[in-house]
Amino acid sequence: MGYFCPLIMADYSKYEVVIGLEVHAQLLTQSKLFCGDSIAFGAEPNTHVSPITLGHPGTLPRMNKKAIEFAVKMGLACGSEIEKNNYFARKNYFYPDLPKGYQVSQHTTPICKGGVVKIKIADQEKEIHLTRIHLEEDAGKSLHDVDANNTCIDYNRAGTPLIEIVSEPDLRSGEEAFAYLTEVRKLVRYLEICDGNMEEGSLRCDANISVRMHGETKLGTRVEVKNLNSVRNVKRAIEVESKRLIEILEEGGTIIQQTRSFDANENTTFAIRDKEDADDYRYFAEPDLTPFHLKDDFIENIRASIPALPEQRIKDYTDRLQLSVYDAAVLTEERSFSDYFEKLIQHATNYKSAANWMSGPVKTWLNENNKQPEEFPLSAKQLSSLITLVDAGKVSFSIASGKLFPQLLANPTLLPEQIATEQNLIQESDVSAIGPVIDSVLAKFADKVVEYKKGKKGLLALFVGEVIKQSKGKADPKKTNELLIEKLKS
Amino acid sequence: MEVNDEMVDKLAHLSRLKFDDTEKAEIKNDLQQMIAFVEKLNELNLDGIEPLLHMSPEINVLREDEIKGSISREEALKNAPLHNEQFFMVPKVIKK
Repeated sequence: MGYFCPLIMADYSKYEVVIGLEVHAQLLTQSKLFCGDSIAFGAEPNTHVSPITLGHPGTLPRMNKKAIEFAVKMGLACGSEIEKNNYFARKNYFYPDLPKGYQVSQHTTPICKGGVVKIKIADQEKEIHLTRIHLEEDAGKSLHDVDANNTCIDYNRAGTPLIEIVSEPDLRSGEEAFAYLTEVRKLVRYLEICDGNMEEGSLRCDANISVRMHGETKLGTRVEVKNLNSVRNVKRAIEVESKRLIEILEEGGTIIQQTRSFDANENTTFAIRDKEDADDYRYFAEPDLTPFHLKDDFIENIRASIPALPEQRIKDYTDRLQLSVYDAAVLTEERSFSDYFEKLIQHATNYKSAANWMSGPVKTWLNENNKQPEEFPLSAKQLSSLITLVDAGKVSFSIASGKLFPQLLANPTLLPEQIATEQNLIQESDVSAIGPVIDSVLAKFADKVVEYKKGKKGLLALFVGEVIKQSKGKADPKKTNELLIEKLKS
Repeated sequence: MEVNDEMVDKLAHLSRLKFDDTEKAEIKNDLQQMIAFVEKLNELNLDGIEPLLHMSPEINVLREDEIKGSISREEALKNAPLHNEQFFMVPKVIKK
Protein backbone atom coordinates (compact mmCIF):
# COMPACT_ATOMS: atom_id res chain seq x y z
CA MET A 1 0.00 0.00 0.00
CA GLY A 2 1.31 3.45 -0.90
CA TYR A 3 2.22 6.10 1.63
CA PHE A 4 -0.45 8.49 0.42
CA CYS A 5 -3.48 6.34 0.67
CA PRO A 6 -6.12 8.05 2.76
CA LEU A 7 -8.91 5.84 1.40
CA ILE A 8 -10.11 3.15 3.69
CA MET A 9 -9.78 -0.21 2.06
CA ALA A 10 -12.24 -1.95 4.34
CA ASP A 11 -13.16 -5.54 3.75
CA TYR A 12 -16.89 -5.19 4.33
CA SER A 13 -17.60 -8.86 3.67
CA LYS A 14 -15.92 -9.87 6.93
CA TYR A 15 -18.68 -8.19 8.87
CA GLU A 16 -22.25 -9.00 9.66
CA VAL A 17 -24.75 -6.16 10.05
CA VAL A 18 -27.33 -6.64 12.80
CA ILE A 19 -30.49 -4.55 12.80
CA GLY A 20 -33.56 -4.25 14.97
CA LEU A 21 -36.36 -1.86 14.08
CA GLU A 22 -38.70 0.12 16.29
CA VAL A 23 -41.80 1.07 14.35
CA HIS A 24 -44.30 3.58 15.70
CA ALA A 25 -47.72 3.32 14.12
CA GLN A 26 -50.35 5.99 14.73
CA LEU A 27 -53.66 4.26 15.34
CA LEU A 28 -56.65 5.14 13.18
CA THR A 29 -58.90 6.12 16.05
CA GLN A 30 -61.02 9.26 15.96
CA SER A 31 -59.82 10.60 19.30
CA LYS A 32 -56.67 10.59 21.42
CA LEU A 33 -55.49 7.79 23.70
CA PHE A 34 -56.65 9.35 26.98
CA CYS A 35 -59.06 12.12 25.99
CA GLY A 36 -61.53 13.16 23.30
CA ASP A 37 -59.42 15.54 21.15
CA SER A 38 -59.48 14.72 17.46
CA ILE A 39 -56.29 13.24 16.01
CA ALA A 40 -56.95 14.40 12.43
CA PHE A 41 -53.77 15.37 10.61
CA GLY A 42 -53.18 18.89 9.34
CA ALA A 43 -55.38 20.93 11.69
CA GLU A 44 -54.55 24.51 12.68
CA PRO A 45 -51.91 24.43 15.47
CA ASN A 46 -53.19 23.94 19.02
CA THR A 47 -56.84 23.48 18.08
CA HIS A 48 -57.05 19.77 19.00
CA VAL A 49 -56.15 20.23 22.63
CA SER A 50 -57.92 19.83 25.95
CA PRO A 51 -56.90 20.31 29.58
CA ILE A 52 -55.93 16.61 29.65
CA THR A 53 -53.64 16.93 26.61
CA LEU A 54 -52.08 20.04 28.11
CA GLY A 55 -51.47 18.30 31.43
CA HIS A 56 -53.41 20.78 33.52
CA PRO A 57 -53.72 19.94 37.20
CA GLY A 58 -56.86 18.18 38.33
CA THR A 59 -57.60 16.43 35.06
CA LEU A 60 -58.30 12.73 34.82
CA PRO A 61 -57.32 10.81 31.67
CA ARG A 62 -59.42 7.87 30.47
CA MET A 63 -58.37 5.13 28.11
CA ASN A 64 -59.74 4.88 24.55
CA LYS A 65 -61.26 1.40 24.12
CA LYS A 66 -60.71 1.38 20.36
CA ALA A 67 -56.95 1.80 20.78
CA ILE A 68 -56.84 -1.39 22.87
CA GLU A 69 -58.71 -3.27 20.13
CA PHE A 70 -56.32 -2.04 17.46
CA ALA A 71 -53.22 -3.01 19.43
CA VAL A 72 -54.64 -6.49 20.14
CA LYS A 73 -55.53 -6.84 16.44
CA MET A 74 -51.93 -6.23 15.44
CA GLY A 75 -50.69 -8.68 18.05
CA LEU A 76 -53.07 -11.41 16.92
CA ALA A 77 -52.10 -10.86 13.29
CA CYS A 78 -48.44 -11.37 14.24
CA GLY A 79 -49.12 -14.36 16.48
CA SER A 80 -48.09 -12.50 19.64
CA GLU A 81 -49.11 -13.51 23.12
CA ILE A 82 -51.72 -11.03 24.38
CA GLU A 83 -51.17 -9.64 27.87
CA LYS A 84 -54.38 -9.79 29.85
CA ASN A 85 -53.39 -7.68 32.83
CA ASN A 86 -52.23 -4.32 31.58
CA TYR A 87 -51.32 -1.08 33.24
CA PHE A 88 -49.58 2.06 32.10
CA ALA A 89 -46.39 3.61 33.38
CA ARG A 90 -45.01 7.12 33.35
CA LYS A 91 -41.75 7.69 31.54
CA ASN A 92 -40.37 10.87 33.04
CA TYR A 93 -38.31 13.36 31.09
CA PHE A 94 -38.40 17.04 30.28
CA TYR A 95 -38.89 18.21 26.75
CA PRO A 96 -41.16 21.06 25.65
CA ASP A 97 -43.24 18.88 23.30
CA LEU A 98 -44.19 16.68 26.27
CA PRO A 99 -46.68 18.82 28.18
CA LYS A 100 -47.00 16.67 31.31
CA GLY A 101 -43.29 16.07 31.84
CA TYR A 102 -43.85 12.36 31.29
CA GLN A 103 -45.01 10.09 28.51
CA VAL A 104 -47.62 7.48 29.35
CA SER A 105 -46.43 4.16 27.97
CA GLN A 106 -46.69 0.43 28.72
CA HIS A 107 -43.26 -0.04 30.19
CA THR A 108 -43.73 -3.22 32.23
CA THR A 109 -46.73 -4.87 30.58
CA PRO A 110 -46.61 -4.55 26.78
CA ILE A 111 -50.02 -5.56 25.44
CA CYS A 112 -48.41 -8.02 22.98
CA LYS A 113 -45.36 -10.16 23.61
CA GLY A 114 -43.41 -12.02 20.94
CA GLY A 115 -44.79 -12.72 17.50
CA VAL A 116 -43.45 -12.98 13.99
CA VAL A 117 -43.47 -10.99 10.76
CA LYS A 118 -42.53 -13.02 7.69
CA ILE A 119 -40.52 -11.44 4.92
CA LYS A 120 -39.56 -12.82 1.53
CA ILE A 121 -36.49 -11.88 -0.49
CA ALA A 122 -35.88 -13.61 -3.82
CA ASP A 123 -38.21 -16.49 -2.90
CA GLN A 124 -36.34 -16.93 0.38
CA GLU A 125 -38.66 -16.69 3.37
CA LYS A 126 -37.41 -15.44 6.73
CA GLU A 127 -39.13 -14.98 10.07
CA ILE A 128 -38.45 -11.73 11.89
CA HIS A 129 -39.33 -12.08 15.56
CA LEU A 130 -41.00 -9.36 17.53
CA THR A 131 -39.96 -8.49 21.06
CA ARG A 132 -43.12 -6.64 21.93
CA ILE A 133 -45.89 -4.33 20.78
CA HIS A 134 -47.01 -1.75 23.30
CA LEU A 135 -49.39 1.18 23.51
CA GLU A 136 -48.18 4.70 24.20
CA GLU A 137 -49.06 8.31 23.56
CA ASP A 138 -47.35 10.54 21.02
CA ALA A 139 -45.67 13.84 21.87
CA GLY A 140 -46.45 17.25 20.36
CA LYS A 141 -44.43 18.91 17.62
CA SER A 142 -41.60 21.38 18.08
CA LEU A 143 -41.09 23.91 15.31
CA HIS A 144 -37.69 25.52 15.35
CA ASP A 145 -37.96 27.67 12.24
CA VAL A 146 -41.21 29.58 12.78
CA ASP A 147 -39.82 32.15 15.20
CA ALA A 148 -36.30 33.55 15.30
CA ASN A 149 -35.87 33.54 19.08
CA ASN A 150 -38.15 30.81 20.36
CA THR A 151 -39.17 27.26 19.66
CA CYS A 152 -42.87 27.02 18.83
CA ILE A 153 -44.93 24.11 20.11
CA ASP A 154 -48.06 22.57 18.60
CA TYR A 155 -49.76 20.10 20.96
CA ASN A 156 -52.32 18.75 18.46
CA ARG A 157 -50.39 15.50 18.13
CA ALA A 158 -49.71 15.16 21.87
CA GLY A 159 -51.65 12.18 23.22
CA THR A 160 -52.28 10.53 19.83
CA PRO A 161 -52.43 6.76 20.28
CA LEU A 162 -49.42 4.84 18.99
CA ILE A 163 -48.34 1.27 19.01
CA GLU A 164 -44.62 0.69 19.09
CA ILE A 165 -43.63 -2.52 17.33
CA VAL A 166 -40.19 -3.62 18.47
CA SER A 167 -38.37 -6.31 16.50
CA GLU A 168 -35.62 -8.57 17.71
CA PRO A 169 -32.21 -7.90 16.11
CA ASP A 170 -33.06 -10.44 13.40
CA LEU A 171 -32.48 -8.27 10.33
CA ARG A 172 -29.16 -8.56 8.51
CA SER A 173 -29.28 -5.95 5.74
CA GLY A 174 -30.94 -2.78 4.52
CA GLU A 175 -32.81 -4.92 2.04
CA GLU A 176 -34.25 -7.11 4.80
CA ALA A 177 -35.23 -4.03 6.79
CA PHE A 178 -36.94 -2.68 3.66
CA ALA A 179 -38.89 -5.92 3.24
CA TYR A 180 -39.81 -6.04 6.93
CA LEU A 181 -41.07 -2.47 7.04
CA THR A 182 -43.02 -2.96 3.80
CA GLU A 183 -44.64 -6.02 5.37
CA VAL A 184 -45.48 -4.21 8.62
CA ARG A 185 -47.00 -1.35 6.66
CA LYS A 186 -49.04 -3.78 4.59
CA LEU A 187 -50.26 -5.49 7.78
CA VAL A 188 -51.40 -2.32 9.55
CA ARG A 189 -53.21 -1.27 6.37
CA TYR A 190 -54.92 -4.64 5.96
CA LEU A 191 -56.01 -4.46 9.58
CA GLU A 192 -57.12 -0.84 9.06
CA ILE A 193 -55.46 0.23 12.29
CA CYS A 194 -53.00 2.76 10.76
CA ASP A 195 -52.87 4.45 7.37
CA GLY A 196 -49.15 3.62 7.04
CA ASN A 197 -48.31 7.06 5.67
CA MET A 198 -44.62 7.64 6.41
CA GLU A 199 -44.52 11.10 4.80
CA GLU A 200 -47.17 12.40 7.22
CA GLY A 201 -45.46 10.56 10.06
CA SER A 202 -48.28 8.17 10.86
CA LEU A 203 -45.74 5.36 10.49
CA ARG A 204 -42.26 6.10 11.85
CA CYS A 205 -39.19 3.98 12.13
CA ASP A 206 -35.99 4.01 14.17
CA ALA A 207 -33.21 1.55 13.41
CA ASN A 208 -30.82 0.01 15.94
CA ILE A 209 -27.72 -0.95 14.02
CA SER A 210 -24.55 -2.76 15.04
CA VAL A 211 -21.85 -4.69 13.22
CA ARG A 212 -19.75 -7.70 14.21
CA MET A 213 -17.43 -10.20 12.59
CA HIS A 214 -19.16 -13.18 11.02
CA GLY A 215 -19.31 -16.00 13.54
CA GLU A 216 -19.23 -13.67 16.52
CA THR A 217 -22.24 -14.26 18.78
CA LYS A 218 -21.99 -11.16 20.97
CA LEU A 219 -23.71 -8.04 19.61
CA GLY A 220 -21.55 -5.02 18.83
CA THR A 221 -22.15 -1.56 20.27
CA ARG A 222 -25.34 -0.27 18.74
CA VAL A 223 -26.19 3.04 17.21
CA GLU A 224 -29.77 4.23 16.94
CA VAL A 225 -30.67 6.06 13.72
CA LYS A 226 -33.76 8.27 13.70
CA ASN A 227 -35.57 10.47 11.19
CA LEU A 228 -36.26 7.75 8.65
CA ASN A 229 -39.28 9.05 6.78
CA SER A 230 -39.66 6.51 3.99
CA VAL A 231 -39.14 2.80 3.53
CA ARG A 232 -36.41 3.53 1.02
CA ASN A 233 -34.62 5.84 3.45
CA VAL A 234 -34.60 3.12 6.09
CA LYS A 235 -32.66 0.94 3.66
CA ARG A 236 -30.32 3.76 2.64
CA ALA A 237 -29.63 4.83 6.22
CA ILE A 238 -28.81 1.27 7.29
CA GLU A 239 -26.45 0.85 4.37
CA VAL A 240 -24.58 4.08 4.95
CA GLU A 241 -24.47 3.68 8.75
CA SER A 242 -23.27 0.08 8.74
CA LYS A 243 -20.54 1.08 6.29
CA ARG A 244 -19.47 3.85 8.64
CA LEU A 245 -19.37 1.46 11.60
CA ILE A 246 -17.28 -1.10 9.70
CA GLU A 247 -14.84 1.60 8.65
CA ILE A 248 -14.42 2.70 12.28
CA LEU A 249 -13.55 -0.88 13.28
CA GLU A 250 -11.25 -1.39 10.29
CA GLU A 251 -9.35 1.73 11.28
CA GLY A 252 -8.92 0.29 14.76
CA GLY A 253 -11.39 2.72 16.31
CA THR A 254 -14.10 2.17 18.91
CA ILE A 255 -17.81 2.59 18.23
CA ILE A 256 -19.61 4.71 20.79
CA GLN A 257 -23.25 4.23 21.64
CA GLN A 258 -25.07 7.11 20.04
CA THR A 259 -28.34 8.39 18.71
CA ARG A 260 -27.88 9.61 15.15
CA SER A 261 -30.11 11.22 12.57
CA PHE A 262 -30.26 10.42 8.86
CA ASP A 263 -29.79 13.24 6.36
CA ALA A 264 -31.51 12.00 3.20
CA ASN A 265 -30.11 14.76 0.99
CA GLU A 266 -26.50 14.16 1.95
CA ASN A 267 -26.99 10.41 2.44
CA THR A 268 -25.13 10.55 5.75
CA THR A 269 -25.92 10.22 9.43
CA PHE A 270 -24.88 12.66 12.13
CA ALA A 271 -24.81 12.36 15.92
CA ILE A 272 -27.69 13.91 17.89
CA ARG A 273 -26.54 12.77 21.32
CA ASP A 274 -24.22 10.34 23.01
CA LYS A 275 -25.69 7.78 25.31
CA GLU A 276 -22.84 7.82 27.82
CA ASP A 277 -25.25 9.38 30.29
CA ALA A 278 -27.62 6.45 30.50
CA ASP A 279 -31.18 7.73 30.32
CA ASP A 280 -32.96 7.66 33.64
CA TYR A 281 -36.68 7.75 33.02
CA ARG A 282 -37.77 6.76 36.55
CA TYR A 283 -40.70 4.67 35.35
CA PHE A 284 -43.54 4.07 37.76
CA ALA A 285 -47.15 2.91 37.46
CA GLU A 286 -49.44 5.68 36.19
CA PRO A 287 -51.77 6.33 39.15
CA ASP A 288 -54.37 8.33 37.18
CA LEU A 289 -55.33 5.45 34.88
CA THR A 290 -56.96 2.26 36.08
CA PRO A 291 -55.34 -0.99 34.97
CA PHE A 292 -57.18 -2.70 32.12
CA HIS A 293 -57.79 -6.40 32.00
CA LEU A 294 -58.69 -8.26 28.82
CA LYS A 295 -61.10 -11.17 28.82
CA ASP A 296 -60.93 -14.12 26.44
CA ASP A 297 -64.19 -13.27 24.65
CA PHE A 298 -62.96 -9.72 23.99
CA ILE A 299 -59.80 -11.11 22.40
CA GLU A 300 -61.71 -13.76 20.44
CA ASN A 301 -64.13 -11.15 19.04
CA ILE A 302 -61.17 -9.18 17.77
CA ARG A 303 -59.62 -12.32 16.28
CA ALA A 304 -62.87 -12.99 14.42
CA SER A 305 -62.79 -9.49 12.91
CA ILE A 306 -59.37 -9.94 11.29
CA PRO A 307 -59.64 -10.23 7.50
CA ALA A 308 -57.67 -12.71 5.42
CA LEU A 309 -54.12 -11.33 5.48
CA PRO A 310 -51.72 -11.14 2.50
CA GLU A 311 -49.95 -14.40 3.29
CA GLN A 312 -53.24 -16.29 3.42
CA ARG A 313 -54.56 -14.62 0.26
CA ILE A 314 -51.39 -15.40 -1.68
CA LYS A 315 -51.72 -19.04 -0.68
CA ASP A 316 -55.37 -19.06 -1.77
CA TYR A 317 -54.63 -17.36 -5.10
CA THR A 318 -51.81 -19.72 -5.97
CA ASP A 319 -53.37 -22.96 -4.65
CA ARG A 320 -57.06 -22.57 -5.39
CA LEU A 321 -57.04 -20.07 -8.26
CA GLN A 322 -53.85 -21.44 -9.80
CA LEU A 323 -52.35 -17.98 -10.27
CA SER A 324 -48.61 -17.37 -10.31
CA VAL A 325 -46.84 -16.20 -7.15
CA TYR A 326 -46.05 -12.96 -8.97
CA ASP A 327 -49.71 -12.31 -9.86
CA ALA A 328 -50.77 -13.14 -6.31
CA ALA A 329 -48.20 -10.72 -4.87
CA VAL A 330 -49.35 -7.88 -7.15
CA LEU A 331 -53.00 -8.53 -6.30
CA THR A 332 -52.40 -8.50 -2.54
CA GLU A 333 -50.19 -5.42 -2.25
CA GLU A 334 -53.17 -3.46 -1.02
CA ARG A 335 -56.18 -4.84 0.74
CA SER A 336 -58.77 -2.83 -1.21
CA PHE A 337 -57.21 -3.98 -4.50
CA SER A 338 -57.32 -7.59 -3.38
CA ASP A 339 -60.89 -7.14 -2.07
CA TYR A 340 -61.95 -5.83 -5.49
CA PHE A 341 -60.34 -8.80 -7.20
CA GLU A 342 -62.23 -11.16 -4.88
CA LYS A 343 -65.51 -9.49 -5.79
CA LEU A 344 -64.56 -9.67 -9.44
CA ILE A 345 -64.00 -13.44 -9.41
CA GLN A 346 -67.45 -13.96 -7.93
CA HIS A 347 -68.69 -12.96 -11.40
CA ALA A 348 -65.81 -13.76 -13.72
CA THR A 349 -64.73 -17.35 -13.41
CA ASN A 350 -61.63 -17.07 -15.58
CA TYR A 351 -59.28 -16.20 -12.72
CA LYS A 352 -56.24 -15.65 -14.89
CA SER A 353 -58.10 -13.15 -17.13
CA ALA A 354 -59.46 -11.40 -14.05
CA ALA A 355 -55.93 -11.17 -12.58
CA ASN A 356 -54.57 -9.82 -15.87
CA TRP A 357 -57.27 -7.17 -16.03
CA MET A 358 -56.49 -6.13 -12.45
CA SER A 359 -52.74 -5.87 -12.87
CA GLY A 360 -53.11 -4.41 -16.38
CA PRO A 361 -55.86 -1.91 -17.28
CA VAL A 362 -57.26 -1.42 -13.75
CA LYS A 363 -53.89 -0.80 -12.07
CA THR A 364 -52.78 1.48 -14.90
CA TRP A 365 -55.94 3.53 -14.58
CA LEU A 366 -55.53 3.82 -10.78
CA ASN A 367 -51.90 4.90 -11.13
CA GLU A 368 -52.57 7.38 -13.92
CA ASN A 369 -55.45 8.97 -12.05
CA ASN A 370 -53.77 8.69 -8.66
CA LYS A 371 -56.81 6.93 -7.20
CA GLN A 372 -57.32 4.30 -4.56
CA PRO A 373 -58.91 0.96 -5.52
CA GLU A 374 -62.05 1.88 -3.55
CA GLU A 375 -62.46 4.88 -5.87
CA PHE A 376 -62.49 2.74 -9.01
CA PRO A 377 -65.69 3.76 -10.84
CA LEU A 378 -66.73 0.37 -12.23
CA SER A 379 -68.45 -2.22 -10.10
CA ALA A 380 -66.92 -5.67 -10.04
CA LYS A 381 -70.00 -6.90 -11.90
CA GLN A 382 -69.56 -4.41 -14.76
CA LEU A 383 -65.90 -5.19 -15.17
CA SER A 384 -66.67 -8.90 -15.09
CA SER A 385 -69.17 -8.52 -17.94
CA LEU A 386 -66.43 -6.91 -20.01
CA ILE A 387 -64.03 -9.74 -19.19
CA THR A 388 -66.71 -12.30 -20.03
CA LEU A 389 -67.19 -10.61 -23.39
CA VAL A 390 -63.52 -11.17 -24.20
CA ASP A 391 -63.46 -14.71 -22.84
CA ALA A 392 -66.50 -15.60 -24.94
CA GLY A 393 -64.61 -14.43 -27.99
CA LYS A 394 -67.07 -11.63 -28.72
CA VAL A 395 -64.48 -8.84 -28.63
CA SER A 396 -60.71 -8.97 -28.69
CA PHE A 397 -58.71 -7.98 -25.60
CA SER A 398 -57.27 -4.99 -27.41
CA ILE A 399 -60.73 -3.70 -28.40
CA ALA A 400 -61.99 -4.36 -24.87
CA SER A 401 -59.14 -2.65 -23.05
CA GLY A 402 -58.47 0.06 -25.64
CA LYS A 403 -62.01 1.07 -26.63
CA LEU A 404 -64.68 -0.34 -24.35
CA PHE A 405 -62.86 0.08 -21.02
CA PRO A 406 -62.31 3.87 -21.38
CA GLN A 407 -65.90 4.38 -22.51
CA LEU A 408 -67.21 2.41 -19.56
CA LEU A 409 -65.08 4.44 -17.17
CA ALA A 410 -66.49 7.63 -18.65
CA ASN A 411 -70.04 6.26 -18.48
CA PRO A 412 -70.20 3.66 -15.74
CA THR A 413 -73.91 3.06 -16.34
CA LEU A 414 -73.43 1.63 -19.83
CA LEU A 415 -73.27 -2.08 -20.53
CA PRO A 416 -70.13 -3.36 -22.29
CA GLU A 417 -72.00 -5.55 -24.76
CA GLN A 418 -74.34 -2.72 -25.69
CA ILE A 419 -71.45 -0.38 -26.52
CA ALA A 420 -69.73 -3.11 -28.52
CA THR A 421 -72.87 -3.86 -30.52
CA GLU A 422 -73.71 -0.23 -31.13
CA GLN A 423 -70.23 0.54 -32.34
CA ASN A 424 -70.02 -2.58 -34.41
CA LEU A 425 -67.08 -4.00 -32.46
CA ILE A 426 -68.39 -7.53 -31.91
CA GLN A 427 -66.00 -10.08 -33.32
CA GLU A 428 -67.18 -12.32 -36.12
CA SER A 429 -66.97 -15.95 -35.15
CA ASP A 430 -69.65 -16.88 -37.61
CA VAL A 431 -68.51 -18.89 -40.61
CA SER A 432 -70.90 -17.05 -42.88
CA ALA A 433 -69.27 -13.74 -42.02
CA ILE A 434 -65.61 -14.84 -41.88
CA GLY A 435 -65.80 -17.38 -44.70
CA PRO A 436 -65.93 -14.88 -47.60
CA VAL A 437 -63.07 -12.87 -46.10
CA ILE A 438 -60.96 -16.01 -45.84
CA ASP A 439 -61.74 -16.89 -49.43
CA SER A 440 -60.66 -13.49 -50.67
CA VAL A 441 -57.42 -13.60 -48.64
CA LEU A 442 -56.54 -17.05 -49.93
CA ALA A 443 -57.24 -15.90 -53.49
CA LYS A 444 -55.03 -12.87 -53.03
CA PHE A 445 -52.15 -14.98 -51.70
CA ALA A 446 -52.53 -17.94 -54.02
CA ASP A 447 -48.74 -18.37 -54.35
CA LYS A 448 -48.37 -18.51 -50.55
CA VAL A 449 -51.13 -21.09 -50.37
CA VAL A 450 -49.06 -23.30 -52.65
CA GLU A 451 -46.00 -22.85 -50.44
CA TYR A 452 -48.13 -23.64 -47.35
CA LYS A 453 -49.37 -26.82 -48.92
CA LYS A 454 -45.78 -27.80 -49.69
CA GLY A 455 -45.09 -27.66 -45.94
CA LYS A 456 -44.35 -24.03 -45.05
CA LYS A 457 -46.88 -24.12 -42.20
CA GLY A 458 -45.56 -20.91 -40.66
CA LEU A 459 -47.50 -18.99 -43.29
CA LEU A 460 -50.71 -19.61 -41.36
CA ALA A 461 -49.98 -16.60 -39.17
CA LEU A 462 -49.82 -14.41 -42.26
CA PHE A 463 -53.27 -15.60 -43.44
CA VAL A 464 -54.78 -15.08 -39.98
CA GLY A 465 -53.30 -11.61 -39.75
CA GLU A 466 -54.64 -10.69 -43.19
CA VAL A 467 -58.13 -11.94 -42.37
CA ILE A 468 -58.24 -9.93 -39.15
CA LYS A 469 -56.94 -6.89 -41.00
CA GLN A 470 -59.51 -7.14 -43.76
CA SER A 471 -62.30 -7.64 -41.23
CA LYS A 472 -61.11 -4.47 -39.45
CA GLY A 473 -60.25 -6.37 -36.30
CA LYS A 474 -63.62 -8.02 -35.96
CA ALA A 475 -62.74 -11.55 -36.98
CA ASP A 476 -62.21 -13.77 -33.96
CA PRO A 477 -58.58 -14.96 -34.19
CA LYS A 478 -59.32 -18.39 -32.73
CA LYS A 479 -62.20 -19.11 -35.09
CA THR A 480 -60.26 -17.70 -38.04
CA ASN A 481 -57.40 -20.04 -37.25
CA GLU A 482 -59.68 -23.06 -37.16
CA LEU A 483 -61.46 -22.16 -40.38
CA LEU A 484 -58.21 -21.47 -42.22
CA ILE A 485 -56.69 -24.82 -41.27
CA GLU A 486 -59.86 -26.50 -42.40
CA LYS A 487 -59.94 -24.69 -45.75
CA LEU A 488 -56.25 -25.23 -46.45
CA LYS A 489 -56.64 -28.98 -46.01
CA SER A 490 -58.56 -29.30 -49.25
CA MET B 1 -29.00 4.33 51.47
CA GLU B 2 -26.56 7.16 51.77
CA VAL B 3 -27.40 10.41 50.04
CA ASN B 4 -24.23 11.94 48.62
CA ASP B 5 -23.48 15.05 46.58
CA GLU B 6 -23.41 13.10 43.38
CA MET B 7 -26.93 11.84 43.93
CA VAL B 8 -28.23 15.30 44.76
CA ASP B 9 -26.58 16.68 41.62
CA LYS B 10 -28.12 13.96 39.49
CA LEU B 11 -31.60 14.49 40.92
CA ALA B 12 -31.21 18.23 40.52
CA HIS B 13 -30.31 17.74 36.88
CA LEU B 14 -33.24 15.38 36.25
CA SER B 15 -35.63 17.86 37.90
CA ARG B 16 -34.05 20.83 36.13
CA LEU B 17 -33.40 22.51 39.49
CA LYS B 18 -30.39 24.51 40.68
CA PHE B 19 -29.24 25.16 44.24
CA ASP B 20 -26.26 26.81 45.85
CA ASP B 21 -24.05 24.93 48.32
CA THR B 22 -25.99 25.94 51.45
CA GLU B 23 -29.25 24.78 49.89
CA LYS B 24 -27.60 21.63 48.70
CA ALA B 25 -26.48 20.73 52.20
CA GLU B 26 -30.03 21.24 53.48
CA ILE B 27 -31.55 19.20 50.70
CA LYS B 28 -29.06 16.43 51.24
CA ASN B 29 -30.04 16.29 54.88
CA ASP B 30 -33.78 16.36 54.07
CA LEU B 31 -33.46 13.64 51.49
CA GLN B 32 -31.42 11.49 53.85
CA GLN B 33 -34.15 11.73 56.46
CA MET B 34 -36.92 11.00 54.00
CA ILE B 35 -35.19 7.94 52.67
CA ALA B 36 -34.40 6.67 56.13
CA PHE B 37 -38.09 7.06 57.01
CA VAL B 38 -39.23 5.05 54.00
CA GLU B 39 -36.48 2.48 54.51
CA LYS B 40 -38.25 1.49 57.70
CA LEU B 41 -40.53 -0.53 55.41
CA ASN B 42 -37.61 -2.78 54.55
CA GLU B 43 -38.01 -4.36 57.98
CA LEU B 44 -41.27 -5.99 56.86
CA ASN B 45 -41.27 -9.44 55.34
CA LEU B 46 -43.02 -8.99 51.99
CA ASP B 47 -42.34 -12.40 50.48
CA GLY B 48 -45.06 -13.39 48.05
CA ILE B 49 -46.85 -10.05 48.26
CA GLU B 50 -47.56 -8.33 44.96
CA PRO B 51 -46.76 -4.61 44.93
CA LEU B 52 -49.83 -2.42 45.25
CA LEU B 53 -49.68 -0.24 42.17
CA HIS B 54 -53.09 1.40 42.25
CA MET B 55 -54.98 2.62 45.30
CA SER B 56 -58.39 2.05 43.73
CA PRO B 57 -59.73 -1.44 43.03
CA GLU B 58 -61.33 -0.13 39.79
CA ILE B 59 -60.28 -1.69 36.50
CA ASN B 60 -61.26 -1.07 32.86
CA VAL B 61 -62.49 2.49 33.22
CA LEU B 62 -62.55 3.03 29.48
CA ARG B 63 -64.14 5.53 27.11
CA GLU B 64 -65.65 5.14 23.67
CA ASP B 65 -63.66 6.57 20.78
CA GLU B 66 -65.55 9.87 20.48
CA ILE B 67 -64.37 13.38 19.75
CA LYS B 68 -65.27 15.74 22.56
CA GLY B 69 -63.84 18.01 25.21
CA SER B 70 -61.40 20.14 23.21
CA ILE B 71 -61.04 23.76 24.19
CA SER B 72 -60.47 26.79 21.97
CA ARG B 73 -56.97 27.83 21.05
CA GLU B 74 -57.40 31.13 22.94
CA GLU B 75 -58.29 29.22 26.10
CA ALA B 76 -55.44 26.77 25.55
CA LEU B 77 -52.83 29.48 25.16
CA LYS B 78 -53.99 32.00 27.75
CA ASN B 79 -52.10 30.57 30.75
CA ALA B 80 -48.84 30.04 28.90
CA PRO B 81 -46.04 32.36 30.02
CA LEU B 82 -45.04 32.87 26.40
CA HIS B 83 -47.13 32.39 23.27
CA ASN B 84 -48.26 34.00 20.03
CA GLU B 85 -51.68 33.63 18.36
CA GLN B 86 -50.96 30.07 17.26
CA PHE B 87 -48.22 28.50 19.33
CA PHE B 88 -46.91 27.92 22.81
CA MET B 89 -43.40 29.33 22.85
CA VAL B 90 -40.36 28.19 24.78
CA PRO B 91 -36.72 29.26 24.76
CA LYS B 92 -35.05 27.96 21.63
CA VAL B 93 -34.39 24.26 21.92
CA ILE B 94 -30.96 23.76 20.43
CA LYS B 95 -31.28 21.47 17.47
CA LYS B 96 -28.12 20.38 15.81
